[in-house]
Amino acid sequence: MSASRVSGQGTVSSGDPMTGKWGLAHQFDSFEQQKESSYLGMWLFLAQEIMFFGGLFLAYLVYRTRYQDAFAAGSASLDIGLGAFNTAVLIGSSLTMALAVWAAQTNRRKATVWFIFGTILLGGVFLGVKAIEYTDKWQHHHVPGPHFEWHGDGDPSKVEMYFNLYFAMTGLHALHMVVGIALLLLVARWAWKGAFSADNHNFIEGMGLYWHFVDIVWIFLFPLLYLLGRA
Amino acid sequence: MSEKITGVPTYLMVFIALMVLTAITVAAAFIDLGRFNDLVALGIAILKATLVVLIFMQVRHSTRLNKLVVVTGALFLAILFGLTLSDYFTRGFLQ
Repeated sequence: MSASRVSGQGTVSSGDPMTGKWGLAHQFDSFEQQKESSYLGMWLFLAQEIMFFGGLFLAYLVYRTRYQDAFAAGSASLDIGLGAFNTAVLIGSSLTMALAVWAAQTNRRKATVWFIFGTILLGGVFLGVKAIEYTDKWQHHHVPGPHFEWHGDGDPSKVEMYFNLYFAMTGLHALHMVVGIALLLLVARWAWKGAFSADNHNFIEGMGLYWHFVDIVWIFLFPLLYLLGRA
Repeated sequence: MSEKITGVPTYLMVFIALMVLTAITVAAAFIDLGRFNDLVALGIAILKATLVVLIFMQVRHSTRLNKLVVVTGALFLAILFGLTLSDYFTRGFLQ
């Protein structure tokens, strides 16, 4: 299989992002198959991630139904404004990420870089707000452990379980965001060097899939953690 | 192979839809719907996630194998939840 551009081959979409050289790796029969296997690989990873977060969501569901009042009380101590703001910020970052992929697909090098930076910026804003929330929790002694104190409604040990799950779930999510931002910085560098184009954008599409998944996790985290028992 | 490229207007429309759904979720949280509060919140979240998966992640343009992997991930999550909760929710049936 020669890697030459044959007319009728259609759009090529895979290549080496570091050198910008596109081509068909020898183990694939066609560019189509190469592209599909790149998507499939990322989606198999995301399916695993669904189960990874799923375990924590399940633990949350079980404890929530058992300790309803305590969990509602714990949830009420979160700032719903900050949570909603963060949700909007993260959805916005998904938009910029999707637009970055679009820009790569349509040979817009500079737009690709700008959209990646937009995604990184919004992701950073999200993490900054989370840092503010965590600091507030620390100051109110709501962090589980030896210094935990609860003076509101509900059994303190049950409310502590709520905060255990809150920090575990949002912490794992934040870790995924940090990794995502680190990868985005790399992608931004490659995009600046012109690595992505209509002929070569599998990598940035995969990056997009990861980032959208992290957004989806938050889409579920926000109502479950912030919006309980507010009525 | 023709690559279907989703355009900017579609992305913008989905973004606006996601914002509106977020506003609805927050507003609905303050209305007492009893047992349905949870269902509404989860239902809206599932709708938002579906929009992101189909359009932002371009699964609507993907191959059937890819769609199968996505559905399978959700299916195994459903099994995890379903079987575990069927244990917890049926405890205390027999005294």
